[in-house]
Amino acid sequence: MGRTRIEAAFAKARGEHRAVLVTYLMAGDPDLETSYQALCALRDNGADLIELGAPFTDPMADGAAIQKAGLRSLAAGTKLSDVIALAARFRQDDQTTPLILMGYANPVHSMGYDVFAQKAAAAGIDGSIIVDLPPEEDAPLREVYARHGLSVIRLATPTTDESRAAKVAEGASGFIYFVAVTGVTGAGSADPAAIAGKVAMVKKVSGLPVCVGFGVKSGAQAAEMAKIADGVVVGSAFVEKAGDAQASGRFGDAPPAMGSLARELQGAIASVRKS
Amino acid sequence: MDLRNTWDKWPDANGRFGEFGGRYVAETLMPLVLELEAEYRKAKQDPAFAAEMQDLWTHYVGRPSPLYFAERLTEHFGGAKIYFKRDELNHTGAHKINNCLGQVLLARRMGKKRIIAETGAGQHGVATATICARFGLECVVFMGETDVERQKPNVFRMRLLGAKIIPVSSGTGTLKDAMNEALRDWVTNVETTFYCIGTAAGPHPYPEIVRDFQSVIGTEARAQILEREGRLPDAVMACIGGGSNAIGLFHPFIDDETVRLIGVEAAGHGIETGLHAAALNGGKPGILHGNRTYLLQTDDGQIIDAHSISAGLDYPGIGPEHAFLRDMGRAEYLSCTDDEALAAFQLCTRLEGIIPALEPAHALARVGEVAKELGPKGLMILNMCGRGDKDVFSVAKALGVEM
Repeated sequence: MGRTRIEAAFAKARGEHRAVLVTYLMAGDPDLETSYQALCALRDNGADLIELGAPFTDPMADGAAIQKAGLRSLAAGTKLSDVIALAARFRQDDQTTPLILMGYANPVHSMGYDVFAQKAAAAGIDGSIIVDLPPEEDAPLREVYARHGLSVIRLATPTTDESRAAKVAEGASGFIYFVAVTGVTGAGSADPAAIAGKVAMVKKVSGLPVCVGFGVKSGAQAAEMAKIADGVVVGSAFVEKAGDAQASGRFGDAPPAMGSLARELQGAIASVRKS
Repeated sequence: MDLRNTWDKWPDANGRFGEFGGRYVAETLMPLVLELEAEYRKAKQDPAFAAEMQDLWTHYVGRPSPLYFAERLTEHFGGAKIYFKRDELNHTGAHKINNCLGQVLLARRMGKKRIIAETGAGQHGVATATICARFGLECVVFMGETDVERQKPNVFRMRLLGAKIIPVSSGTGTLKDAMNEALRDWVTNVETTFYCIGTAAGPHPYPEIVRDFQSVIGTEARAQILEREGRLPDAVMACIGGGSNAIGLFHPFIDDETVRLIGVEAAGHGIETGLHAAALNGGKPGILHGNRTYLLQTDDGQIIDAHSISAGLDYPGIGPEHAFLRDMGRAEYLSCTDDEALAAFQLCTRLEGIIPALEPAHALARVGEVAKELGPKGLMILNMCGRGDKDVFSVAKALGVEM
């Protein structure tokens, strides 16, 4: 198999001596059309990879912003099949930007791992981050993903020591998502100095690029993280733009607001020259 | 040959009961659940741990709890002899303290100074707050807003005991939402905090730990009935929310193949209405709160809010070992509506002078049918897992009585 879209995105950024920007979007928040426009706006404004959130009623690793985003999406009637269809629509005229489905195990389990993998691959989804499927539990998913060329993206955290990092790396592909704080999404702010050693350790043990997320909201924070990692993930700050649009009733405001945030973050990240 | 407890091979090394159980948690928590498992294995081998537990069970909790012959209820139904295992007589009024005591002792071994818990009816919260007061530990209890409202006496008790109550407004503000919030707290405070889970669910090793600590119920009941009647019962019955009191009663009888194990789920307004909490009778397998088990869920894998008049049963899942026992055909799971539970609550109160909690009232509602089926020569034990003092306001409201 040739180079995956995820590998190509990291290679491109390396060639430009910068870290990648990974942005998160809750699919169907506030509705699917807005999400499609937002995907395009993110891509057009410097998002190198996009995490497409699949809503779940009980997101126990998420803070208030993403919890609310998920509930807005569910209230709009979004199903997992809609999230896959949204990816397929985006993929019609974008063959390069990686799309990573991010969510919880139960909706995927309910669809069936095999059916999900087949549909996701056909839609042009590149991999997934399933928050509550640690390495001990994702073997059935990995097996079907291997058949469809999908990446299993795993999480490492401040509680990950070297032996655990080896477990996390085993069977992972694409990149490792390093959770910068012990906590839920959107909470607190990460201290790059405190995690730099761990990030380097995870990169060494896994041999994969490492992206840092959780608690990164501003350009300044993103630039700091870009110094210690191969990529920076921003989620809750984007999701809040969708929340604002829902509150004002002007859904059309969300995509440009997300786009300008992406532009600001990409500018900050690109200001850090990577060797 | 003594075949008892051959079922002890479950869970397996991966924390599975057949296809159920497991460790479906965020990566941040994985090192913690692995550490907890290692520590629990050590504690199990440590005679000092068992001795401390036994001492507190005897002198603080009040164990063993009596096995009581419910003579008038037996006469009323005219079937099998009905015994109550009186776990409502424990300190704090329910079976929950059996497990809290064990888990808090484990937390102390692990050097954790802050204990968090989720609670539905408030019984697990009260028991946790009680043990934390006893050992001078910080205690934070997550409780759904709806439950804070309907279980006011327990909220006040927890505050008196020095616990901090955090009302949870997400979702429908019931037990599952409290559990989500407790998991969020745990993931945030991993270094300092021990999560004391109240039911036989959650990620491995919790279902095993809770079962083991609650098994004191069945172990005592088995010895007591053998002493009183000279034989094993034909059936043992308990209500099921997450299933901790039921698994505690069932487990020591599990290899006694002649003993029927009967759990009773909360059918709320009726399973056919969709407003219920019967995960086994009205759900399908899925993944939530760290384990694979039967869940109330939509066709798209979204969790459906449970409904029950009993806050302690108001949960859309069930412990993974019950899911396994059901699929293996070893245990039977019946259900009981809100109205049936209310009727049984009143019947037991008047006939036996025992005000049951609404949770065991669900099991009581099915006792008559099972007693008749077994006939006058039959013998059965019902776990009276909690007392009803906490429920008198809810019951009054349901009966239209102004207090």
